Amino acid sequence: MWDVRGLRKLFPLKSGILGSLLGREQYVHAVDGISFKIKKGEILGIVGESGCGKSTTGRLLVRLEDPTEGSMLFHGDDIAALKGSTLRDFRRRVQMIFQDPYESLNPRFTVMDAVAEPLIVHGVTDSIEAREDLVARALEHAELHPAADFEYRYPHELSGGQRQRVAIARAIVLQPEFIVADEPVSMLDVSIRAGVMNLLLRLRDEFHLTLVFISHDVGVTRYMSDRIAVMYLGRIVELASAEEVIQNPLHPYTQALLTSVPVPDPKFQRGRAKIIGELPSPIDLPSGCTFHPRCPYVQEICRTTKPELREITPGHFAECHFAGEVGIAGSPEMASAPSMSAEPEARAT
Amino acid sequence: MALLEISNLRTYYRVRKGEVKAVDGVDFHADRGRTVGLVGESGCGKTTLAFGILQLLPYNARIVTGEVRFNDELVFRAPLTNELSYYLEHDGGPAVVDAVLARRKQALDRDRTTQAADVLGPLLQEEAYLIEDVEKVLAEDGRDAEATKTALARVIDRRARTMNRGFTRRALRRSMENRMSNLRWSEISMIFQGAMNAFNPVYRIGDQIEEALEAHLDLTPEERDKRIQELFSLVGMRPERAKGYPHEFSGGMKQRAMIAMALACKPDLVIADEPTTALDVIMQDRILAEIRDLQQELNLSMIIITHDISVVAEVSDRIVIMYAGEIVEEGPIVAVFERPAHPYAIGLLGAFPSVKGPKKKLEAIPGSPPDLVNPPPGCRFHPRCRFAQDICQRVVPQLVEVDKGHSARCHFAKEIFTGVMA
Repeated sequence: MWDVRGLRKLFPLKSGILGSLLGREQYVHAVDGISFKIKKGEILGIVGESGCGKSTTGRLLVRLEDPTEGSMLFHGDDIAALKGSTLRDFRRRVQMIFQDPYESLNPRFTVMDAVAEPLIVHGVTDSIEAREDLVARALEHAELHPAADFEYRYPHELSGGQRQRVAIARAIVLQPEFIVADEPVSMLDVSIRAGVMNLLLRLRDEFHLTLVFISHDVGVTRYMSDRIAVMYLGRIVELASAEEVIQNPLHPYTQALLTSVPVPDPKFQRGRAKIIGELPSPIDLPSGCTFHPRCPYVQEICRTTKPELREITPGHFAECHFAGEVGIAGSPEMASAPSMSAEPEARAT
Repeated sequence: MALLEISNLRTYYRVRKGEVKAVDGVDFHADRGRTVGLVGESGCGKTTLAFGILQLLPYNARIVTGEVRFNDELVFRAPLTNELSYYLEHDGGPAVVDAVLARRKQALDRDRTTQAADVLGPLLQEEAYLIEDVEKVLAEDGRDAEATKTALARVIDRRARTMNRGFTRRALRRSMENRMSNLRWSEISMIFQGAMNAFNPVYRIGDQIEEALEAHLDLTPEERDKRIQELFSLVGMRPERAKGYPHEFSGGMKQRAMIAMALACKPDLVIADEPTTALDVIMQDRILAEIRDLQQELNLSMIIITHDISVVAEVSDRIVIMYAGEIVEEGPIVAVFERPAHPYAIGLLGAFPSVKGPKKKLEAIPGSPPDLVNPPPGCRFHPRCRFAQDICQRVVPQLVEVDKGHSARCHFAKEIFTGVMA
């Protein structure tokens, strides 16, 4: 369905007249050349820390941002070049769900107004009855039943979970093929979160939707996704099926990320991540492999040569010169034993 | 013996619709050298409980009943006027008033012998006056219950008005303030939620820490400087960073500086309110490790407040789960995780995705948390509970001990714990 190649998005920084005259323009490398494919009916999870470019990737896919470089083929058509009415048609087929349902819904719109708006914008139907009918059906699909109870309420009368369901109803009312869900559950409480995640999974099955699920929470992403892409500083550093990434991470960053996730089991002894330092600025990217300043296994080649995203085992891609050779992937014993040596360095930063 | 002891605390917020019962009858204790995790969803009252300990509540908050003790000395307690009014309103006849009074007298006698009494003198004096007044009313014979109630209400009202008059009010306020400022930071300190914004952006981090040292400890400027250097090394930062401004620090470093500030006056108890929520997972991991190490190194008592049960699983010895202003389950961490006895605790544990072990289907808890202005009658969890029976709608459940030190507020706690109900 999607075939993304070499996608880049740079945001220019304000450098002033002098700076631009001297050709010293600087850019934030939000997304720095990523390639991936998404199959129809699949949920691709994108996981990473704040500032890794995961949200920008999502926004590019629905063309809320224009890419700086690269191609995004959607059913074979390059979305990056779309303009005018063809772009409008494309937008009817893709939708987005945002993180904060407190901000993504207009407080002065009733639920009916909010969910009906895409129908009006895209001129789906002129008849008010038909529109209300579609809205009611979308609300029912989002498990807000009976829909009549919700249609004329305002966002402030709804709980967080209900608001996010309204946002989901608004996303599915046009019956899109593809939805980008950007941190859709991170503002919700644990007891509500599971319900919204299960709803998204059910809708995927019912409408044969394709989803990109963006989250900083590895546990949530694992639960939602068929495949997971791990992003670091604008690059996809690892891409494989969800269980493969969780059980057998090949990239040192993924390994560190997984070791760092707290486990809801008081008896479980987790090792300490061997990663050092903090996230470099996305303006001056490190040379070679962008992860090398923090990598515990760094070699000379990492400082000079940029690694490519390689297929290490069938369907499992990693962007590391030594993928599959470093660390004993996934096992906590590996991370715990020698980690003490890295600790003083981590403290010094 | 517990270092901090909270008994029967009720903190309500006045709002237009009525009163939000944010903390409603909570008994809580933190043991010396131990970490207790306080878990609950947004709006369950966990932060109100913590802010209540340090008396940092907003102006519309009211302590209705209960008291807080630290090191077995009184920190503060609800004015007796509030407490008596509460019990009179909630079907408390003269008998209940008698019991409250007896308890209060006992506490008063004990408090008068402690050092806290020096500062809290005016407060204790006011209590003694009211006890006298109320006893007089109760001693008068030949009145029915209803008349006694009215008479009591009148006495309480009169006392409340005296306490609100200029001079008395100032004296009371000052004694409470003094007691708190003796404790705050030097004995009990806090790591605030969102360290990102907890620092003043126009002052150097070191100066902000120095301010706390200056206010609470008697040190020379050189000693203060040395202490700041020590603190920075303690949390793993270079001492010269103390000269930096908050914007020069990353999120994780601000959090470390916040921890340094909390430890500045060598407190016995540190309350950490969502200490890692705004951080990325790798930084969260480091800060949690830091907190764990420091806790052991300095033999601190800690209260960690969070919505994330996996964080609690990692750092706590004991867990306390709150729902809708009440404690619904508490116990040793392993016991509660392995055999939760309250349906809400079961739901919470079952709704949490993990990266370890096989992938399991998550179960949502239906519905959403109740409005705390008008909480549901009976058990507050019953509208969302899959075990709910008739009794749950009518009768307020009490905390039931299912195992040593492990209790749950559910009519069927024992049945759920032993597996009869599942």
